[in-house]
Amino acid sequence: MRALHHFSAAAAIGLSALLGVAHQASAQIKIGAVLSVTGPASFLGDPEKKTLEIYVEEINAKGGVNGQKIQLIVYDDGGIADNARTFATRLVEDDKIVAMVGGSTTGATMAMIPVFEDAKIPFISLAGAIQIIEPVHKWVFKTPHTDKMACEKIFADLKTRNLTTVALISGTDAFGKSMRDQCVAVAPKTGITIALEESYGPRDSDMTPQLTNIRNKAGVQAVVNPGFGQGPAIVTRNYRQLGITLPLYQSHGVASKQFIDLAGPAAEGVRLPAAALLIAEKLPASDPQKPVVVNYSRNYQQKSGQAVSTFGGHAYDGLMILVAAMQRAKSADTAKVRDEIERTKGYIGTGGIVNMTPADHMGLDLSAFHMLEIKSGDWTLVPGT
Amino acid sequence: MSLRALLDNRLMPAIAIAAIVIILPLFFPSAYYYRIGALVFIFALAVVGLNLLMGFAGQVSLGHAGFMGIGAYSVAIGPVAFGAPSWLCLFAGAILSGTVAFAVGRPILRLKGHYLAVATLGFGLLVAIVLTNEAGWTGGPDGMSVPKLALFEWRVRGSDAWYWIAGTTFVVGFVLALNLMDSPTGRALHAIHDSEIAARVLGIDVARKKLTVFVISATYASVAGSYLALFNGHITPDSAGFLRSIELVAMVVLGGMGSIVGSLVGAAVLVVLPQVLTTFHEYEQALLGLIVMGFMIFLRQGIVPSIAAVFARWRK
Repeated sequence: MRALHHFSAAAAIGLSALLGVAHQASAQIKIGAVLSVTGPASFLGDPEKKTLEIYVEEINAKGGVNGQKIQLIVYDDGGIADNARTFATRLVEDDKIVAMVGGSTTGATMAMIPVFEDAKIPFISLAGAIQIIEPVHKWVFKTPHTDKMACEKIFADLKTRNLTTVALISGTDAFGKSMRDQCVAVAPKTGITIALEESYGPRDSDMTPQLTNIRNKAGVQAVVNPGFGQGPAIVTRNYRQLGITLPLYQSHGVASKQFIDLAGPAAEGVRLPAAALLIAEKLPASDPQKPVVVNYSRNYQQKSGQAVSTFGGHAYDGLMILVAAMQRAKSADTAKVRDEIERTKGYIGTGGIVNMTPADHMGLDLSAFHMLEIKSGDWTLVPGT
Repeated sequence: MSLRALLDNRLMPAIAIAAIVIILPLFFPSAYYYRIGALVFIFALAVVGLNLLMGFAGQVSLGHAGFMGIGAYSVAIGPVAFGAPSWLCLFAGAILSGTVAFAVGRPILRLKGHYLAVATLGFGLLVAIVLTNEAGWTGGPDGMSVPKLALFEWRVRGSDAWYWIAGTTFVVGFVLALNLMDSPTGRALHAIHDSEIAARVLGIDVARKKLTVFVISATYASVAGSYLALFNGHITPDSAGFLRSIELVAMVVLGGMGSIVGSLVGAAVLVVLPQVLTTFHEYEQALLGLIVMGFMIFLRQGIVPSIAAVFARWRK
């Protein structure tokens, strides 16, 4: 019993020492990150966390920013927006961060925005949906391209092939839903008619009925599949099984090697928009993004031992935009850093070339996307895109 | 009144908890702690309701987050789509949850044990699916923002305001639950918990009593869900999801089934512990699991009843 008392006393002292260290004020720049490292969105949060850790270490090894080392504080929201909000409050109130890079999902980002707007701390989100930056929040920025841009890229490619009438088959997951809404919204502006719409659940294993409807619909010239995960691979397989010969477009959501593996030979001829990172080695030497994406993907693969994903690239861009803003501001003052982030011009990142303005807190245009076609089991760049 | 009489007072635990609610903020260094405190009371409110169902009536619900979801989306959709004030939507949500519980409860409370658990599980999943798919109303998987609560001219914002609201509501909910347990209904529920057949022989309308407590527990969960949504300002369907339901059940079991004070302790442990354990990064989840397992192995009846039993033995 006595031993137990001693043990608990020692534990109490140890704990308070630990907390004491955490609260100690230091001359470091504290950057916070709330990421979905575990849970259903871990495919986003895991590479984001690794990327931030790799590059913060690298920056500190080179002497930090403005002579100060960066201290990175990462919390895992488990993919739950409520938790993200709690951790955001913790970063602001308890850890006293000067800037935030993170928010893996749109839900988590939207839940955290009020916290950073109230605290007047710059917040660079890594989530996709357009409502993060439209309407513009003064302190909120984002690095990934939006689903709307993917739709516009696909529709632009359709126009060059003189195709104007399409059918949509979309997943009902967060990604599929958001992109479907954006495609429907931009279609009239780009002169595309959506003749038919079908949908499937994220865990469905057969999309033949929906595709049969599409096949039987007269006038459809191409099919677009906004979706994420295994759904698009099943759509692609069923598509070929039904013998449909219309051009099939997938989204940037499946821009990974895994999709080609899952869909097999059926993926032949499928087109999709994707960021430069995915085809780093295939980019022409004249492409300004080539050095950046090649460096990042080699570095990431070497240090983490995993294949590179665009999501980690978003975190890289977020951190680099922030660091550059701090260097230009010559301080870590939150208001000055915010202003400098907004003045980001010509930053060449993994997601594209970023030119921010007070009205555009993302700063990417359609050139951020490249149109790819799958040929003999590998990506090829469609010429002229 | 002598001290003895005061200590034996039925409402003593409620007074003690009210005192805790008032004293705790003296030790809060920042708004972050107010937020954690508010979350504990909000979850504890839902857990008290679930504990009435699980601990007293002996019925399992694996879909209780569904009712939290109904409450949460009531205060989100009501003001946005119909321009109704948030407080009115909170009550409307509670009534809606109660009505849904009544309609769903009639058929599924006939089931027993695992079958009941699976039926409630299905109900919870259904609510989550509807919230995800009806994107026109709910914003789909990305969720929707919730307008701030406005009481007369006062727009409630800030963690400290929510701490006081949640704390006060919890104390009220706590007193109501204590009173319910001391009523004929409460005693009938105890009888059902021990033996349904014996209860029926005693002339208790078992189906009716079960339904009553199911409706009451759904109402508790709904109010907690509304608070959570108003407090966070943004709501996603995972608030109504399966994991949240499991979390609520874990809070009940950890704190102690049939112990209303245990509901608060269970909620406090499962809200605060993940925050404390974040310093361990990769090992956070494993440690959380270990600690919860430790509680269940060494405090088998749940934290509060087990400790109470130790004290009772010690007194003798």
